[in-house]
Amino acid sequence: MTTRPLTTRPVTTRTRKGAPRAGAVPYLFLAPAMVLFTLFMALPIGYTGYLSLRRTKVSGLGLGAGARTEVFAGLGNYAAAIGDGELWAGWLRVLGYGALVLALMLGLALVFALMLDAAHVRLARITRISIYLPYAVPGVAATLMWGFLYLPGLSPFGDHPFLGAGLVTFSMANVAVWGGTGFNMLVLYTNLRAVPREYYEAARIDGAGELAIALRIKIPILVPAIVLTTVFSVVATIQVFTEPTTLRPLTNTISSTWSPLMKVYRDAFVTGDLHSAAATSMVIAGISLVVSLGFLRIVKNHAFGED
Amino acid sequence: MAAATRAGTRRPAGIVPTGVLVLGAVYTLFPVSWVVVAATKSRAELFSTATFAPGTGLLSNLADLFAYRDGVFWLWLLNTVLYAGGGAVLATAVATVSGYALATYAFRGRGLIFNLLVGGILVPPVVLAIPQYLLFSEAGLAGTYWSVLLPQILSPYSVYLARIYARAAIPASLLEAGRLDGAGEWRLFRRVSLPMLTPAMVTIFLFQFVAIWNNFLLPFIMLGDDHRFPLTVGLYTLLAAGANQPSLYNLIITGTLLSLVPLVALFLTMQRHWRADLSGGAVKS
Repeated sequence: MTTRPLTTRPVTTRTRKGAPRAGAVPYLFLAPAMVLFTLFMALPIGYTGYLSLRRTKVSGLGLGAGARTEVFAGLGNYAAAIGDGELWAGWLRVLGYGALVLALMLGLALVFALMLDAAHVRLARITRISIYLPYAVPGVAATLMWGFLYLPGLSPFGDHPFLGAGLVTFSMANVAVWGGTGFNMLVLYTNLRAVPREYYEAARIDGAGELAIALRIKIPILVPAIVLTTVFSVVATIQVFTEPTTLRPLTNTISSTWSPLMKVYRDAFVTGDLHSAAATSMVIAGISLVVSLGFLRIVKNHAFGED
Repeated sequence: MAAATRAGTRRPAGIVPTGVLVLGAVYTLFPVSWVVVAATKSRAELFSTATFAPGTGLLSNLADLFAYRDGVFWLWLLNTVLYAGGGAVLATAVATVSGYALATYAFRGRGLIFNLLVGGILVPPVVLAIPQYLLFSEAGLAGTYWSVLLPQILSPYSVYLARIYARAAIPASLLEAGRLDGAGEWRLFRRVSLPMLTPAMVTIFLFQFVAIWNNFLLPFIMLGDDHRFPLTVGLYTLLAAGANQPSLYNLIITGTLLSLVPLVALFLTMQRHWRADLSGGAVKS
């Protein structure tokens, strides 16, 4: 984390300095959160870091008590994670998948938000609720529904190899786009609704059409919100797990190491190599963190400073 | 769109935006309506009748699903309600007291505690899941209800929401007045502040409820015994078992439909409150 609070803003002018000498009270209020934080966040993170620096040493044939011992491994697991071709292939698959999802999902979310905000739109309420509805659908259920719609024999779209090697990335991206567009649309739309209508009136008097208003006024106003939704989507994409895992039983084109997180799961729970799983998850966390912090720098004053 | 308003046309119909939104709604409603129809089809009808032709097998599908492994599906539904309901109630309580304390008191370490708690937003679930499993194993709790419930009680994002909301909604002068009247801090929180925090609590509850209801990774890692599964993991195992047996497809499709019903119903009744919004200002509505 940065050393500055996320909400750096001179907002405390409102009589906050008169805050009481409350003694232990705030700490008591915060005790449950701090206990949970320590047990279920700090401790696991520390433990992952510790595990990632260790490895299992096998002596002799690896049989009998004491044949397997845990020893310090330095950065060996990290070197292995970075040099692992299978993992790289996973990163590349997720990169392609993520680029598709981000472009389609956020593009559609932006278009829908602008349309909802346009003048004289009909059916706005019902379409808004419909497009937002997938937010209430679990990823597993969404993947199952689309999975069956992709299946030859069942698919109303004809017997295309939707789950074949050529199309599976697109098919999976479609599930994510379906599930995520509405949420992002609502975030952007809420931001648009907060804009004083007079801006648009003034622009119309100056002769601007709806398209010009959208491009020259609305989209620039939305930039911080777009950055915000982009980063949240990137972070979610880096950690994609549910959709490919759920779709796997329906096709043989998705390997058990399709995404980096699936490889972490396999290493930890199928092959039982906790140490390399820990190192890989630290790498995934590191990448997520770099992306998130990068975004915090960009939009700190817009998105998180707005109380 | 531009052309419609350019000249002096006073009431353009807005055909373009309406049309685009309708197409969007058709796209999102399509798979849901398909699963509704498909759940009514018997095994034979599923593969032989037209996609959107209703079938005759809904009741037998439901009966098959509820009979599957001695009614384990009911248990999954019940477990999900337990995890999501219990988890969301506790998460809302923790987030509310934390956000309130961070917003209304000046105390040593406030910035640090806030940064620590909110920094959790950036921590990917993946770094937590494996060691959480190992730590629960050490404690003998892996595979229990606690192993799915406890890690989902602290929601950094909810703490963040509660704090910005409390800061905006509770005037310091009101607390000051209460103190002059001799009210204790706990009483001030319960009687004065809590009613003002209710809208934020509704948002936080809904947000956490959906998040836990939809969660797959944590219960997938934690649980081994299918009697403790939530719906998401249960449906996954149903698919994993039935992917090569088209005879189980009806079961899976019907199960998927039933897994949608409670949450979609909740969503439609509560959608006014459904502002799981990422930007501060919008929380106040």
